[in-house]
Amino acid sequence: MNAPVLDKTLQQRLSIVDCDIHPDQKSADSLSPYLPQRWREHAKMFGLHNRQGLIGQLGFPRMMANGRRADSYPPGGGPSGSDLGFMQKQHLNPNGVEVGMLVALGRNGMEEQNQDFAAALSHAVNDWQIEEWVKPEPRLRAGVVVPQEDAATAVAEIERCAPNPGFRQIIVSPRTAEPLGRRKYWPIFEAAEKSGLPIGLHPAGASGGFPSTGSGWPTYYLQEHYSFETGMQAVLASLVFEGVFEKFPKLKICFIESGFTWVPAVCWRMDKHWERMRKEVPHLKRPPSEYVREHFWFATQPIEEPEHPHHLMDMINWIGWDRIVFSTDYPHWDFDDPRYTFKINLNEKQRAMIFRENAKALYQLQ
Amino acid sequence: MPGRDESLLMKARPGAIDCDIHPAVPNTKVLLPYLPEYWRDQLVNRFIDRSPFVLQSYPPNSPIACRPDWRPAQGLPGTDFDALRKQALDAFGTKLAICNVLHGSIALFNEDMAAVLCSAVNDWIAKELLDRDPRLRASILLPIQSPDHCVKEIERLAPDKRFVSVLTLVMGETLLGNRRYWPIYKAAEKHGLPVCVHAGSTFRTAPTYSGWPSYVLEDYVSNGTGFENVLVSFVAEGVFQQFPKLKIVCAESGITWLPTLLWRLNKEWRGVRAEVPWVDRPPADIIRDHVRFTLQPLDVPKNDPDKLLRTLEHIGSDEVFLFSTDYPHWHFDGDDVLPDGLTEVSLQKLLSDNALATYPRLGEGGNIGQSREHAGRA
Repeated sequence: MNAPVLDKTLQQRLSIVDCDIHPDQKSADSLSPYLPQRWREHAKMFGLHNRQGLIGQLGFPRMMANGRRADSYPPGGGPSGSDLGFMQKQHLNPNGVEVGMLVALGRNGMEEQNQDFAAALSHAVNDWQIEEWVKPEPRLRAGVVVPQEDAATAVAEIERCAPNPGFRQIIVSPRTAEPLGRRKYWPIFEAAEKSGLPIGLHPAGASGGFPSTGSGWPTYYLQEHYSFETGMQAVLASLVFEGVFEKFPKLKICFIESGFTWVPAVCWRMDKHWERMRKEVPHLKRPPSEYVREHFWFATQPIEEPEHPHHLMDMINWIGWDRIVFSTDYPHWDFDDPRYTFKINLNEKQRAMIFRENAKALYQLQ
Repeated sequence: MPGRDESLLMKARPGAIDCDIHPAVPNTKVLLPYLPEYWRDQLVNRFIDRSPFVLQSYPPNSPIACRPDWRPAQGLPGTDFDALRKQALDAFGTKLAICNVLHGSIALFNEDMAAVLCSAVNDWIAKELLDRDPRLRASILLPIQSPDHCVKEIERLAPDKRFVSVLTLVMGETLLGNRRYWPIYKAAEKHGLPVCVHAGSTFRTAPTYSGWPSYVLEDYVSNGTGFENVLVSFVAEGVFQQFPKLKIVCAESGITWLPTLLWRLNKEWRGVRAEVPWVDRPPADIIRDHVRFTLQPLDVPKNDPDKLLRTLEHIGSDEVFLFSTDYPHWHFDGDDVLPDGLTEVSLQKLLSDNALATYPRLGEGGNIGQSREHAGRA
């Protein structure tokens, strides 16, 4: 039996920016008001066409409540994260959320293979975020969801949404059909740079066509969950080695839901082997780690928990205190509670940076 | 943080056990005498013998594949035996060195062809390497396409105690913890053979979850994540509960990704352990007990002993590292193979104690003369 070890009555006294909150659609019809008739019918008849073997179940079934906190299902019914009132009551109010960054997963077009349907879904989910979340709850900010495999449509969607200050980032699936640094995606980076919005990369549910690891598919959810981290390392390496930041020097990337203690190691590996192999990538003018230091931010959840908690300090020192932004992943099962996320003593300044100020600077939050 | 005390500036020392060197089969024709007649004909008639079997992970002319002063005047890196003795053994005062021959037969799709070629490579290793220098030991190259063939090959060669481990690549068709591979681990455990999991891929699938990288450099960096996922697989599948004496040697893996693996896997296991109830203790403890890592290429920044020492503290053990030069791959110059800043105790463990504790057969002396007896197949 697990004995409770935390004092759950502790109050969260700090106001925070939560960089990863998942709003969910109440039902398959939730997007209907935002979809043209043709796509409403399509959605009903064919549903989503994703690269996975099951409909309505995951190939790696989650360990709890379909991957959600069991207590996060709204009393009035519907999936967890689908009721703004309950989200306010359970998360935004008690946890002192000053600003919450929405990451709309699921029915959103990122993983849809029918490119026209993907375009319609992205358009709809972006309007839905503004109408049903950001307008009624000014603490929330939306992320422009784009169908990244169709760069022209993605660019048009960024240009349509970016002027609305309710959108503070662009959400791209890191699980792409080609490594994200490749030129196919550069129009998206160009539009992002022009809009001034960072790109937020959050693991999506379905594959872009490749197994989760370089050795094929895992067996267990434990392994699949771990691969969210290794996948992100590859995305980071691709963005750096392809020279994306030489081409787009103002582009900002935030990695969401992949932790961060892996960052120093992959930087060291990239630097070491780049030194030996740099003739292969002459478009890089500087060591890889310098691009990372300049262009990347990392959201904390699921925060790694060293066996000796103070080791986390080394990692943040090596990454840079100004690059870590706090996130909870509400309402998912591995939610990091802001009261207990850091098992080390942060001073006031460090606390303010990680829980609030870094995100405000990154997302230009007023 | 220690200063740069001269006594701590490391140079090669005599008596070391080098757990990862790469002699190479010079060409395919040299394997013909070790092949059964049918396969000899196949190779000759189909002109297969006219090209070597070189893995895509190591383009032979790329800087990473061979240090400039170790590059032979002609032929593939690692194919000049006299040079290898001088450069890999004499230069470092090496007592014993384990040959990991990364022959491309392991990437074939025909599992029978792979099996006969691996057997031929292993017999070639015994005759052309092990018989010619008593300091050499070797890994049995596994035709990983077929666990059945792997077990037969292990049983065939196990009596030759100069084979001290078995060898496969970190990235292949399926994650290595998968039950299809368990017969291999059973045989390896029975014979006291650690499983050397080496950097590289047979590219059965993309090395990343978002597809195929553009650059060899990117592939090489991605080996780190390959090792992470394979160790997670070994732990999650319960391989070490099933085979409690099994040791895994991660070769050419780097070590800096290891702290995150230990921390993240411990935390995830606490969250979802009901899915893998056989994992009965924290994964970090399991990994520290069963997994070892070779030194080169050391992926901590050069000339920064503090980062190395902090990383070692994060890993929490100085008993998991094995000395290696990774000859002839190019990761360091001169004899600057050891990092600065290690204590004398850690150094002794790195250079030989840890290897002796990992490879039971290294302490057994190696009974030369058994090789030919067991090299021929019935």
